[in-house]
Amino acid sequence: MYQDKEMLASIKKVEAKRAENIKLDPRRMTAEEKEKLLATYHPDFKEDKFTKLTIGPNKGEKVPTELSFLLQGKSRIADMDLDLESPKYDIDVLIIGGGGAGCSCAIEADNGGAKTMIVTKLRIGDANTMMAEGGIQAADKPNDSPAQHFLDAYGGGHFAAQKDLLYKLVMEAPEAIQWLSELGVEFDKAPDGTMITTHGGGTSRKRMHAAKDYSGAEIMRTLRDEVLSRGIPVLDFTAAIELIKDDKGQCAGAVLMNMESGEIYIARAKCVVIATGGAGRLHYQGFPTSNHYGATADGLVLAYRAGAKLLYPDTIQYHPTGVAFPAQIYGALVTEKVRSVGAMLVNKDGEVFMNPLETRDVSAASIIRECSDRGKGVKTPTGYAVWLDTPMIEEKFGRGTIEKRIPGMLRMFLRFGIDMREEPILVYPTQHYQNGGIKISADGMSELENLYVAGEAVGGIHGRNRLMGNSLLDIIVFGRNAGRSVAEKCKSVKLGKLNFDHVAAFEKERADAGITDNTLSPKLLPDYTRVEKPAIDPDLR
Amino acid sequence: MEQMVTVYLFGKEHKVPESLTIMEAMEYSGYKLVRGCGCRNGFCGACATLYRIKGEKELKAALACSAKVEDGMYVATLPFFPLVKEQYDIEKLKPEQQVMMQLYPEIYGCVGCNACTKACPQSLNVMQYIAYAQRGDFEKCAEESFDCVMCGICSTRCPAQISHPQVAMLARRLYGKYVAPHCDHLDDMVDAVKTGKIEELIQSVMNKPLEEIKELYNTREIEK
Repeated sequence: MYQDKEMLASIKKVEAKRAENIKLDPRRMTAEEKEKLLATYHPDFKEDKFTKLTIGPNKGEKVPTELSFLLQGKSRIADMDLDLESPKYDIDVLIIGGGGAGCSCAIEADNGGAKTMIVTKLRIGDANTMMAEGGIQAADKPNDSPAQHFLDAYGGGHFAAQKDLLYKLVMEAPEAIQWLSELGVEFDKAPDGTMITTHGGGTSRKRMHAAKDYSGAEIMRTLRDEVLSRGIPVLDFTAAIELIKDDKGQCAGAVLMNMESGEIYIARAKCVVIATGGAGRLHYQGFPTSNHYGATADGLVLAYRAGAKLLYPDTIQYHPTGVAFPAQIYGALVTEKVRSVGAMLVNKDGEVFMNPLETRDVSAASIIRECSDRGKGVKTPTGYAVWLDTPMIEEKFGRGTIEKRIPGMLRMFLRFGIDMREEPILVYPTQHYQNGGIKISADGMSELENLYVAGEAVGGIHGRNRLMGNSLLDIIVFGRNAGRSVAEKCKSVKLGKLNFDHVAAFEKERADAGITDNTLSPKLLPDYTRVEKPAIDPDLR
Repeated sequence: MEQMVTVYLFGKEHKVPESLTIMEAMEYSGYKLVRGCGCRNGFCGACATLYRIKGEKELKAALACSAKVEDGMYVATLPFFPLVKEQYDIEKLKPEQQVMMQLYPEIYGCVGCNACTKACPQSLNVMQYIAYAQRGDFEKCAEESFDCVMCGICSTRCPAQISHPQVAMLARRLYGKYVAPHCDHLDDMVDAVKTGKIEELIQSVMNKPLEEIKELYNTREIEK
């Protein structure tokens, strides 16, 4: 139940226009309209929020200012004297990150016979994969083709994707769905086994496969179960804080830190896989985020310091529909599937202002325009927002549709007294995905020998914007791909003497460039602890 | 000034704004969370929490990220609980009642107290899905347990030592792999890709000059 008078008055308008709005099929924007909209309203185009890097492999390129401090930050081991002679762990494959990409990689590396270990700074499965709600794309129906999938993703990403990576993504998509099914992932199916698929923003065919609106959770818990069933070692609450190289300049392991005790361990590995995910918890430009607590771009920092190049680190995806109200779940994801199953975006006067299934960057920019220059946003305690008219879904497809198709969303809002079957919900863009990341070749290796990357930490698969459902897909396809590559590669790797020369060299580069900021990186966790002294009752005891 | 309430975090008294979730109240009170914090949005099950309201006897459970503080709340987080997770090769299992008897025989010791259901922060009918698992009805068990975030609160309350989330996990995998209807069009497309039937088409799209790809994209037909 909403209590704010302005919100209630606005809801009346939304309700009054609902019957008329349901019938609309708003036209899509032209390429020119989209370009202008993005340039004017998308956060990626706010030049003053970016900083040019002055050192490292991407010197001269701009990145979000918050990220620049970390990429050019001070190493956590700069002042440590570490013994590299007797590593605590000596393995074939070290996977940093226990999300969907890390687990897929581990399973394939294990299949390939490699001695594999996962380290994760939180728990295995604590990852953005777990929070992906809407679905996973794959062209597997008779009216569709991986070529059509390629076209949608390439165009949606502004024709900037690395073609060989995108080719792999779409061509291996059907097999990824098959692999997951065989592991026991439950996809929504008709009684005859036909996949129930919907559109996502920017798709030209209905190829979004889902497991209700717990798609990522269903995939993640199944992968986790498989990793644990195989007995692959997993070190929870253990962060990688620096990569280790050898005297041949290859990646050769990582420095690990126990998140609770601060204890340091050395892991020597023939191949290292970065599967550390995204950067939502850096809160670029002050945006809230839909991301996991651990999404702090650690992998980008580790790889950058060791000499690996980044691709498109300046492009961030703001999911158009983050929760704008209530404040307790500000920034949380409202899955695109809510629009896929029929809800439309309407402004404070109840007007439909766009086709609800434009690509995410365009949708986000359009909502920002509605809430800024057009003055059509609904006031909330945190700013302005637009309505996502959810009751429309039930009017179109019958009562019970919401509970059946998007139960997670229903539950999330009901916890705070809002019943989306009866009342619309308030949304505003939230920081959601790092489109860019570490540059890789088609086998998954970065520009640093024996350093592989999988999942959201990779840059270039999606170009400068990602379509819904292509991220769950990419963690599976490129996670498995990296796993197979490292299992093969580690057979021929001969490690030399381990050293930290690159860390010392980076510190020197920092000094030479006159960088005096000593932000420690990687960041590991965001800091939400209130700074002021908590109001503890002095009379207590 | 926002209304403040009194909460007791691990027994210690703090005054916090009443609008906060339990997790936010901890951070407001000076805690830096490492354990017991994950997606912050009700999907990952990292922040299982037990609490009791001062003056009341009932022990309640919640996810710290998704429950608001209440006045007089005594809070204990449960950042880890040793569930029993059996190892198995899903390829070698059969979707039969027998599987549960072999891997999780303790489910047959359920005494029907329903404490698991009462404790579930997702409002799942936990005891019911265990009953389905006992009978080998994996479809119903999967359906009933689908929204489980595996926080483990149910298992902390169970006198029969059942690890409910792991039982449900196995049931869902068995259902998804063996019982759910098989998808033929998926197999067809996987074969088409593997036998090279897609190659020519995708190469012809990929290798067009940029302007032609743009034209193709901007004029593509969108399925209704």
